[in-house]
Amino acid sequence: MTQAEALKEYLLRLADSDMILGQRLCELCGKAPALEEEMALMNVALDLVGQARNWYEYAAELIDDGRDADKLAFRRDAHDYRNLLLTEQPNEDYAVTMGRQFFFDVYHYFTLKSLTESSDERIAGIAAKALKEATYHLRRSSEWVKRLGDGTEESHRRMQEAIDILWRFTGELITPDDTDRVMAEAGIGPDPDQLAKDWRGMVNEVLTQATLTPGAEDAWMYMGGKHGEHTEHLGFILAEMQFLQRAYPDATTW
Amino acid sequence: MPQHGDSDSRSAVDILIASDRVPANARPDLLTEDDIWALLEEVKDPEVPAVSVVELGIVRAVHWDGKELSIDVTPTYSGCPATELIEELITEALRAAGFRDPKIKQVLTPAWTTDWITDEGKEKLRAFGIAPPEGSSSKMSLLGEPEVIACPHCGSKDTERVSEFGSTACKALYRCKECLEPFDYFKCI
Repeated sequence: MTQAEALKEYLLRLADSDMILGQRLCELCGKAPALEEEMALMNVALDLVGQARNWYEYAAELIDDGRDADKLAFRRDAHDYRNLLLTEQPNEDYAVTMGRQFFFDVYHYFTLKSLTESSDERIAGIAAKALKEATYHLRRSSEWVKRLGDGTEESHRRMQEAIDILWRFTGELITPDDTDRVMAEAGIGPDPDQLAKDWRGMVNEVLTQATLTPGAEDAWMYMGGKHGEHTEHLGFILAEMQFLQRAYPDATTW
Repeated sequence: MPQHGDSDSRSAVDILIASDRVPANARPDLLTEDDIWALLEEVKDPEVPAVSVVELGIVRAVHWDGKELSIDVTPTYSGCPATELIEELITEALRAAGFRDPKIKQVLTPAWTTDWITDEGKEKLRAFGIAPPEGSSSKMSLLGEPEVIACPHCGSKDTERVSEFGSTACKALYRCKECLEPFDYFKCI
């Protein structure tokens, strides 16, 4: 794999994970458990979709086949999507919603932090902006994990269940493949070992404070999202998200 | 996602309408860069109309050589839905002053920070009922305690955070325990 190919692939991964998690959060618009939570979730979703757009715009320039950011987001099928499997998991109860957010936010925070020092200036610029937002996301989701984990008997039970359900999707966040390695060697992407160490360190710290037990480090993990092999959920997300653009392709006024 | 200020993508009708808005007797060639900054001071943020786009620090540069005008603008947040509207409002204001084809360039680097909000801007936010950002963005802690935010209504520091996010991405929701009023806090980033 050449560095140029890896870069396009890597940008699509960054964009797709932001886009799909943003879309998942938007499903809670109008039905979050409290008004303040709804505003917060929609703001997080807005940040993620905005970041996705910045990554897609850069990817579109490099892919250079006439597709723009919109077409990359709304005209690709599930097997072309490169998002992490964690981001496409259903919202379920609020413990799962915040657990998923927390695992992603820790990964996102350390990834973006490293990308601010990327040898690719465009990536460093987008990441510097996104990092400010991701820092807020992480502060919020880690507080929720602590509040629910170290809360009532029921909230603890449900938060632990959420950790157990989601754990199998976390290995993909910190297991590098060829693309990740090529990016790291070029000084464009994060060092995979450091990312894994940082992720584990912060997840363990917060879960300990929350009186929760993380899964085993050697647990069996679902992988494949980064290569277009998804869980059954992604197709349904895309069906809803892409409906308008598929039904009215190239419409310029909505 | 259309990019504004890209004259190639504008239809003939767009250009006709745009030139209609330009006053016939306007002499933009007589204006200086300082005059243009003063014009932009009149463009208010659509979500926080108390402050101008200049006071918010989102206008980064004005390039004016007497013929071509281009303005560098940076978004507050990656997903700020007001970004395009702000660019349109700036374009409108410049056309009204006689500039036929002002260009808006979006710049991401360096990333916008609340440190760029001017002192006047901060006072106007407070008068509008929004607590301005406290301290400097570089000192923000990741998982630490939130800063002490003074109530913009009564000045009390006995306040509590209701939500990390408020009515827009750039604000958090607080409540004053002294006067019991809820208020927005312009987050420090």
